[in-house]
Amino acid sequence: MDAISLIVKSIFVDNMIFAYFLGMCSFLAVSKNVKTAVGLGIAVTFVLVLTLPINYLLENYILKPGALSWLGEEFAEVDLSVFSLIIFIAVIASFTQLVEMVIERFSPSLYHSLGIFLPLIAVNCAILGGSLFMQQREFPNIGTATAYAFGSGIGWMMAIVGMAAIREKLEYSDVPKPLKGLGITFILTSLMAIGFMSFSGINI
Amino acid sequence: MALSSKTKAVLLGPLNKNNPILVQVLGICSSLAVTSKLEPAIVMAIAVTIVTAFGNVIISLLRKTIPNRIRIIVQLVVVASLVTIVSEILKAYAYDVNKQLSVFVGLIVTNCILMGRLEAFALGNGPWASFLDGIGNGLGYGWILVVLGFFRELLGSGTLMGYKVIPQSFYDAGYLNNGLMILPPMALLLIACLIWIHRAKNKDLQETTN
Repeated sequence: MDAISLIVKSIFVDNMIFAYFLGMCSFLAVSKNVKTAVGLGIAVTFVLVLTLPINYLLENYILKPGALSWLGEEFAEVDLSVFSLIIFIAVIASFTQLVEMVIERFSPSLYHSLGIFLPLIAVNCAILGGSLFMQQREFPNIGTATAYAFGSGIGWMMAIVGMAAIREKLEYSDVPKPLKGLGITFILTSLMAIGFMSFSGINI
Repeated sequence: MALSSKTKAVLLGPLNKNNPILVQVLGICSSLAVTSKLEPAIVMAIAVTIVTAFGNVIISLLRKTIPNRIRIIVQLVVVASLVTIVSEILKAYAYDVNKQLSVFVGLIVTNCILMGRLEAFALGNGPWASFLDGIGNGLGYGWILVVLGFFRELLGSGTLMGYKVIPQSFYDAGYLNNGLMILPPMALLLIACLIWIHRAKNKDLQETTN
């Protein structure tokens, strides 16, 4: 039950894009058509769901202060949390490489339309952000961490697909010249974020 | 020290015509959430400038020895170590600000400006030019952050750096703080306004499609 409410909460209330602005770069650049947006959304969710539990295990059994006590009493004092950034990003970068190879093999068309943004998933803030929030919120077990990863990924995907749908319609509207492209996208994102704020404070 | 016109372009271009946020759309990711107050915005701007400059120098020194296939991982490791150092320094000397910035200090690692500059500039240029490029881009990013922080704190809380600037008589006369300014969506709206002004002045930057 907790897992479900956590998923719903991380999709709507703590949405990665609208509440924390994570993963904005690819959100703005790849939201021009719905199909590519869906592909990128799935890739991000996939990498998030794979890396977050791994980072959770690393955090709790190696990095956290006292986490090494399973090795023996004398390790109980060791605090390796200084290295958490480097280790998290290394895990994420290697998984991104893996996803890139899989997509290239099974869906070359998606591979080409995602272009440079596929390797850039490694530097997508939403993914490292997920791991860092996991570290900050101290989830009780690995199941909760995975649920959180899944919810955040779906929330991110929903946001980018919604944005892409709006931008496809926007083709036909008359936008002031200096606002064309980037400017209007920012305004749209901001309006969507205000809409999402109506979810805040909901306790499930 | 006189600067040649090329170094000048490298250093000052990112402040205006080639601004990382307004034009290249890099680095929006982690930083908008930190601009609801001026102080964390300034700290963040300084931190990003330092990391970009030194990351650029290190990668530029290593550029001939890094194998092409694993360059992203090498870059990430260099950047992550620099960010770790910055975050430890912040924890030691500015603990309160560090608490306010929370995960966003760590997220400098995935700030697209860093990767963008490392890929586009440091891999093809010498250390000194890369250093200037890093400083330029860091400042170009920083001034936007400071402008956002300034307006959001002034209009949202009526303070600057924590000090009250709007006199009490205004409040007595019925002036209210605009609470909406503190909320995250307003940062995006303010950036949109900046883009509007910037592109109205630089007509060559306007896009033709929506």
